[in-house]
Amino acid sequence: MITEERVRYVAGLANLTLSDREIHRMAADLSGILVHIDKLNEIDTEGVEPMAQVLFDNEETATLRADVERPSLSNADAVANAAITSGGYFKVPKVIER
Amino acid sequence: MDVRSLTIDQIRAGLASKQFSAAEITTSALEFAQAENAKTNAYLHFCPERALASAAKIDELVAKGEPLPLLAGVPIGVKDVIVTKGVRTTCASKILEKYVPPYNATAVDRLEAAGGIILGKTTCDEFAMGSSNENSAFGPVRNPAALDRVPGGSSGGSAAVVAQGTAVVSLGSDTGGSIRQPASFCGVVGVTPTYGRVSRYGLVAFASSLDHIGPFSRNVADSATLLKAIAGRDPMDATSAFAPVPDYNATIGQSIKGLRLGLPKEYFVGMTSETADKVNKGIKLLESLGCAVQEVNLPHTEYAIATYYIICTAEVSSNLARFDGVRYTARSEKSDTLSAMYSNSRGENFGAEAKRRIMLGTYVLSHGYYEAYYIKAQKVRNLITKDFAAAFEKVDALISPVSPFPAFKLGEKVDDPVAMYLSDIYTITGDLAGIPCMSVPCGNTQDGLPIGMQILTKHFGEETMFRLAQAFETAGGFAG
Repeated sequence: MITEERVRYVAGLANLTLSDREIHRMAADLSGILVHIDKLNEIDTEGVEPMAQVLFDNEETATLRADVERPSLSNADAVANAAITSGGYFKVPKVIER
Repeated sequence: MDVRSLTIDQIRAGLASKQFSAAEITTSALEFAQAENAKTNAYLHFCPERALASAAKIDELVAKGEPLPLLAGVPIGVKDVIVTKGVRTTCASKILEKYVPPYNATAVDRLEAAGGIILGKTTCDEFAMGSSNENSAFGPVRNPAALDRVPGGSSGGSAAVVAQGTAVVSLGSDTGGSIRQPASFCGVVGVTPTYGRVSRYGLVAFASSLDHIGPFSRNVADSATLLKAIAGRDPMDATSAFAPVPDYNATIGQSIKGLRLGLPKEYFVGMTSETADKVNKGIKLLESLGCAVQEVNLPHTEYAIATYYIICTAEVSSNLARFDGVRYTARSEKSDTLSAMYSNSRGENFGAEAKRRIMLGTYVLSHGYYEAYYIKAQKVRNLITKDFAAAFEKVDALISPVSPFPAFKLGEKVDDPVAMYLSDIYTITGDLAGIPCMSVPCGNTQDGLPIGMQILTKHFGEETMFRLAQAFETAGGFAG
């Protein structure tokens, strides 16, 4: 079971504002999913390598490329989708409270 | 010329013989798609200027008598999680509602270089998370075969446009079944290639170790052609494969006699009787074409969903961290501090399923749980992958249902996330192992709902997969 207190803590880690209603629902949903997920404890995985990625046989350096300069996005393109910009920079609310 | 039934080869022949121009196909496809779209909501937005500019290039080639590229004049829909330079790409999320990408995905560059005409962007579940298309922030898609039913998800729009005839082929993405399941629900061909076969550069990241781009079409040969056009190593995606891309169409049509097919017995439980009936008839048909069928075991199948929902949500929580209100359009207006702005922008703009997955992923990665959940799931993923490797020692391909049931009604499962997740039971294993797999139509229920049969092969076994699927499609008369 996941408590609402735990949900609030995890939402803080995820930088995600949830309403009280969402927190209530989330506790129930996550608890339901975790019951299913706990099924994995049935399997003995002693000595099994964790698989992080689908990998194929290649030389270790196969994916490296020469470190040469290439054109990149212009400053205007890079900030074009931001909600608020100023002088080619992203603009954000204050970071430190005084 | 009827855009609803044209194939890639027919378009090429028609262009070469000047029966019609690329501009004519494009105009008529756009007009038809725009008029029909209200029925299904399969397209989120159209890009007529870009489509007509692409068509003009093809007509220039025709005028000069130059050879036509692979996808010359082919009207295509692209799932709205694949970025298109200058054309809005929303991932069906409010958080990217106004996002206009400054670059193209590699798959988009390649299909346009091959002469393909992008008509517009197709609706999907928000950030490709879902099995019904009901998680779109801009309204669900309706199944062209039954408008009160879901088209499947998450690539429901891409499946629907091909079924509806408002595109000849389309691109979707598959992380846990998001191409095959909607293909089966809509009665079209849908292909999840080997992991790394198609570059993920420009596919908005959902679960990076599981994400694939792949084609939809009304016949097997068209999916093979589209895959050939977009596959191959891309330096912009370190996980893209170096293996050379075969000419899939060259081996299509060869006999499938003597191919050894495995029926994973764990995949033949829990489905509706009509689905079982059609898939079993499909297997009989393959036997009649000379394939040798045997039962095989994939013993870790029952753990696949739990494994998937740990790995995929962990990757979601990391990948979706970038949507912070700073760089991508949507920002909360009621926040005084940076931290509050991050949290409020995300809280106000992500939908319920995205929030659920971010939360589950953050939880399984959090201190004290990482080993118990995430590492454990990665170990089980290895066991699932080894099950497939062992099976492919004995057989050339596996045959199974795609989904336990045909398309369900809108709203039917929306309040039960576990039931929704369980509907992906036969498809997520292929993504976890990274093997190629596809859905090919194998008939309809009495009510006219399409059913798909799944074919899975070993890594880079697409040639065998397409050859089998096309022989099956021809023998059964299943091509659209």
